Amino acid sequence: MGRYVIRRLLQMIPVFIGATFLIFVMVYALGDPVAAFFGDRAPDPATAAQIRHQYGLDKPLWHQYLDYMGNIFTGDFGTAFNGQPVTELMKSAFPVTLRLTLVAIFFEIVIGITFGVITGMRRGRPIDTSVLLMTLVVISIPVFVLGYVLQYVIAVQWGIGEPSVSPEAPLNELILPGIVLALVSLAYVTRLTRTSIAENTRADYVRTAVAKGLPRRRVILRHLLRNSLIPVITFIGTDIGGLMGGAIVTERIFNIQGVGYQLYQGILRHNSATVVGFVTILVIVFLLANLLVDLLYAVLDPRIRYA
Amino acid sequence: MPEEYDRSNESVAPTGMGGGMDLAASEAQTLDHGPGHGPQPGGPTGKPRSLWSDAWHDLRRNPIFIISALLILFLIVISLWPSLIASGNPLQCDLSKSQQGSQPGHPFGYDNQGCDVYTRTVYGARASVTVGVCATAGVALLGGILGGLAGYFGGAWDAVLSRISDIFFAIPIILGGLVFLSVVTNSTVWPVIGFMVLLGWPQIARIARGSVITAKQNDYVQAAKALGANHTRILLRHIAPNAVAPVIVVATIALGTYIALEATLSWLGVGLKPPTVSWGIDISAASTQIRNAPHMLLWPAGALSITVLAFIMLGDAVRDALDPKLR
Repeated sequence: MGRYVIRRLLQMIPVFIGATFLIFVMVYALGDPVAAFFGDRAPDPATAAQIRHQYGLDKPLWHQYLDYMGNIFTGDFGTAFNGQPVTELMKSAFPVTLRLTLVAIFFEIVIGITFGVITGMRRGRPIDTSVLLMTLVVISIPVFVLGYVLQYVIAVQWGIGEPSVSPEAPLNELILPGIVLALVSLAYVTRLTRTSIAENTRADYVRTAVAKGLPRRRVILRHLLRNSLIPVITFIGTDIGGLMGGAIVTERIFNIQGVGYQLYQGILRHNSATVVGFVTILVIVFLLANLLVDLLYAVLDPRIRYA
Repeated sequence: MPEEYDRSNESVAPTGMGGGMDLAASEAQTLDHGPGHGPQPGGPTGKPRSLWSDAWHDLRRNPIFIISALLILFLIVISLWPSLIASGNPLQCDLSKSQQGSQPGHPFGYDNQGCDVYTRTVYGARASVTVGVCATAGVALLGGILGGLAGYFGGAWDAVLSRISDIFFAIPIILGGLVFLSVVTNSTVWPVIGFMVLLGWPQIARIARGSVITAKQNDYVQAAKALGANHTRILLRHIAPNAVAPVIVVATIALGTYIALEATLSWLGVGLKPPTVSWGIDISAASTQIRNAPHMLLWPAGALSITVLAFIMLGDAVRDALDPKLR
């Protein structure tokens, strides 16, 4: 187990370097941060050169990347162009998005798995068909359209919750945005659970459990659900990164000042330090979540052992 | 051997990257039985049928397949010749009619700029369908070839490709799109398509790799090898026809999600830009006006959703028909 974790952590290093370098190249090679700094006006060449030198933008790209990564490991994520250290932006943004993501995952697990179990046990019945149809509808409508419609109908017309989230973003204001963020994944969790449950209801161990007279509830929760959850857990784990990235859309609709908001601002202004810094953290979260999922396999299915 | 465990299961275990599209793909890999379609026995005909003619036999009787195929055919026709059903000019607008509702001759009303929503919805199909079809074709070709070769030859090439696709998976797709497209000033569909191919190919590559690994272990491949067939012949004649089914299914479903992704990117201001006419542009312009004129949002968003739905259902139906376990 320990050796497996170490090997996986080592394997993450090239992926981490590759992903951050890719974003670094995209941000630097494709856009000119100094020109963006000046907006529509053309910068004075001497000033531009001075700014370039100040931020180390006159060095070759690989050198800048090494400098940047070296600084990151000392906890220095650089300075945004407005003079704020990027770490300060992160301190205000990440807790907000983390709360939003947790709300989303909560709904994914509770609603998604419940729907999945119900429909998986009642294949072909009206409730199964209608839930399946609903998941298809949710998947095929773009998230931002769903977001605006729910914001308008629930928050504005019905007056439940807030259409716009305050900067502190307390949990109760994040419920509606969390649902919007979760919706598409929720549909997938429902479908995945349904498929998995439906496949396993005919398994021998379920028949055995029923035959030896276990109560139905226990058969479903302890035997059927536990064995059916592996693909669902994989999905939710890999989805964490997607949720944090997808928060760009949700945070823009509900005016939440989290990671997505900072990234969006950073990208529009070619504020490379902010963008690369935030993406670096997101990549680490994604990689660790994947590792956690693989380790969870062994908990859910004792047949899987990591040497 | 945990490494072997998660590698060999890649075709089953979802490996997400963020955007909706790979989610559809990973789900497509599990044997989800589409709605309203039960297993159908092969039929007691005398001649043995191939997998494909068997699938066709099933599909012809599946109402979901017929409906979605007809819808897609209709979409392709109107995206090629929009003037068939819309006589107006999508760029001819009259500001004095801004946000007006339905009128005789203009059933869907007018949008914020006073353009006819019906005409724009019909003409918008072209951009969306082009993005979907071209991006999917690019992703399927690039991903299919790279993934297939990696699965077939294995070894160092496979290891390198797996690591490279890990890198792309670690970048959330909307985020990558924002970074990549925010500096592009070209307002045509091509940068958007290029970006989707760049970030989308690893998804197909994984599936192609998994399915080639399964196919190459079959006896007929061993037999072909023993008879002295070279790699090209084995790959093209024996492996490709038997490994291509999952790629087609995932690509079909991904096509729908690429169309939705284009709309999202356009809404974020980095996808297609006016004067290009697209559903994404119209939806994003209408979404801020939802309180004043919901009809502006309803029609383009409805058209886009039905299109995405049609591709997802087509993919579902084809998967059910190609899945021998359901027989």
